[in-house]
Amino acid sequence: MIDVLIIGSGGAGLTAALSAKDVGASVLVVGKAYPTNSQTSMAQGGMNAALANVEEDSIDAHIADTIKSARGLCDEERVKQMCTSAPDAIAWLESIGVPFSRLDNGKIGTDTVAQRQMGGASAKRACYAQDYTGLKILHTLYDTCLKHHIDFLDEHYLLSLILEEGVAKGATFLDIRTGEVKQINAKSVIVATGGYGGIYHGFTTNMYGASGDGIATVLRAGGAVSDMEFIQFHPTALKNSSILISESARGEGGYLVNTKGERFVDELKPRDVVARAIFEQFAQGQEVFLDVRHLGEEKLMELLPQEVALCKLHENVDPSKELIPIKPVAHYSMGGIDVNALMQVEGIQGCFAVGECANAKVHGANRLGGNSLLEIVTFGKLAGQHAYTYASTTSVNMPDETQKKQDIDYIENLFSKKSTLNFYTQREKLGELFYEKVGIVRDNTKLNQALEAVIAMQEKLVHMGIEDKSPKNNTNLTDFLEFVNVLLLSSTIISAAIARDESRGAHYKEGFEKLDDEKFKNHIVFQWEQTQGAKA
Amino acid sequence: MIISILRSDTNTPQTYTLEDKETTLLHALTHIKATQDATLTFTAGCRASVCGTCAVRVNGKEQLSCAYKVQDGDVIEPLNYHPVLRDLKVDKNQAKETLLKSSAWLQSFTEASLTPKDEKQSERQTDCILCDSCYSACPVYAVMPDFLGPFALTRTYRYATDKREGNAKAIIDNIQSNGVWDCTLCGECTLACPKGIDPKMDIMMLRGESLQYGHTDPSFATQSFGEPSFGFDPNSGF
Repeated sequence: MIDVLIIGSGGAGLTAALSAKDVGASVLVVGKAYPTNSQTSMAQGGMNAALANVEEDSIDAHIADTIKSARGLCDEERVKQMCTSAPDAIAWLESIGVPFSRLDNGKIGTDTVAQRQMGGASAKRACYAQDYTGLKILHTLYDTCLKHHIDFLDEHYLLSLILEEGVAKGATFLDIRTGEVKQINAKSVIVATGGYGGIYHGFTTNMYGASGDGIATVLRAGGAVSDMEFIQFHPTALKNSSILISESARGEGGYLVNTKGERFVDELKPRDVVARAIFEQFAQGQEVFLDVRHLGEEKLMELLPQEVALCKLHENVDPSKELIPIKPVAHYSMGGIDVNALMQVEGIQGCFAVGECANAKVHGANRLGGNSLLEIVTFGKLAGQHAYTYASTTSVNMPDETQKKQDIDYIENLFSKKSTLNFYTQREKLGELFYEKVGIVRDNTKLNQALEAVIAMQEKLVHMGIEDKSPKNNTNLTDFLEFVNVLLLSSTIISAAIARDESRGAHYKEGFEKLDDEKFKNHIVFQWEQTQGAKA
Repeated sequence: MIISILRSDTNTPQTYTLEDKETTLLHALTHIKATQDATLTFTAGCRASVCGTCAVRVNGKEQLSCAYKVQDGDVIEPLNYHPVLRDLKVDKNQAKETLLKSSAWLQSFTEASLTPKDEKQSERQTDCILCDSCYSACPVYAVMPDFLGPFALTRTYRYATDKREGNAKAIIDNIQSNGVWDCTLCGECTLACPKGIDPKMDIMMLRGESLQYGHTDPSFATQSFGEPSFGFDPNSGF
């Protein structure tokens, strides 16, 4: 039996694999695509660590900034743990060869790593690799996994966790290539499957496939999920394609203007504030544009070459001469699988979770730019170590094939069932519904309408299914399974948003515009077959 | 507009009609799958040219579906030299094996003093998204399936020349067979790369590195010197 089964091959999964292997575990990484295809590749800005390479900074300041941004919803001990281990995390990435951007200071090692300003940070703290920080960290992690002979199983889609008496003993997967349902037994499981921004289909910077598969699977298996209502909106995505235009465009001096050409907000305020200001303009019938023309073509090409290319390609706009039409869209899910200090999933023994799929309670109600790459590296390492400690001190007997048989029946049923309602159309509708009614500015009327619509859609799920009946390489099937997960998580997000009658960080509700610590300084937790409850 | 896509079950192109509207190929494929033909199979991820998932060939040239504006009459096919799993979805495992064989990673870490100039030296090489476009464009694969190929060699170059690398020789030794000397320097990889990487140049640089570590160009050795026992001996005669 494998010691540690890691599901998901983004930055969190790869770091967990390396750390588990390092302490002696046998490891297998299973993913629905290839390791370097993950969402981690899209992280641009940087990774926070108080190295003070550019200006005065301290770990205490990093902790304070993170706590402030979390608006009372973080676990301060865990924030301390993450921020304190940040310099070590950078040193580790330096040692495996991450090509960080550098300073010309004649020093050695991590003292040469360049750092830039991010929103909500009291110092230049984000270590970066041009505009490709996530991509370059992810690929270096992958190269290092190959060096250490980490075993990978690509193109396997997670179906279920295998549980016996509340203990995780592996998972079942659909082998996308063959259509076969496979069971992989393991002494411990780490879920590292990413966030659920894909619910906002058409209105998110996230990739196809950010469907919260691991979160939905844990929920079905009886584990707890929490803070699902906290979804960060990024102020500047391209209007037509929802493709991200980095915060650095404003950091370098870009303005936001409306149809009348007027500026309406301090562009460098936190993301939630700027996103709401843009939303207000929309409500007044205005369009909103990012204006970087005054920076000049030469400077734009030097500072933001990626952005210039994306604007030309997706919006037919030359940013040096024209305004860039933008809208705020869903960007990051703060909520997710509820984990304790050991990254252990509440409610399932032997199961761990890390990265965007997990709620390790370091981002609270609002994540700081540069803290998510930090989280996947620092807590990815912890998850790998703790999973192996658990695996090596617990005797786990072989599970039977009950779960696998259930999953085979489920998949076979999908093949025999006739679909009368196109789920792709429903996926679009759900995305629009969420953007309109569970978006940047919420109110209870809209939220209740959204909940009704989602419940109606869940009831109609029996009429939806796959049209492609080929067992092999059936992406119609995996698209459908993703949609099922998204639909399951939808009601948890809306229910939590309805219950939270206050405004806090990314959750802003009309009629309840103030923070209400007395009633709501707590996490809303969901667990299968248990009534929804608030936990202090 | 009408485009045609090579379908793997029949091994013939199938035509699809699209609205005459400017759109990316990826958007068109997603639209076809959602509304016209759920069996059409392709892979995609980020929509923003960074996850490396959606490369295909359009009219014979490698393109990222998410970064290509579809045109009337376009012919879409899967990448070359990859086993086709279904339609435009290919098996990339064999291509990825080249990273393992060439040991494209930091062998032995040494702390170093790095500067912006050092950063610039590997900036382009580390923009690689492993989309496999260069692998598909490389004609060497037609005759040599075990060739290490452009992206793996570019990656070895990036590590071998990193100041933090304490054992570059180990990497250079691993790319001699089916590696640096087997490239024809045709430059197709450089033309195909969506990130502007120049594997041809990296391979030329790796040849220089190889010579420094005592390796020789095998074709040069056999052509010019013939049988070793009859070779030119600089210390003889005179």
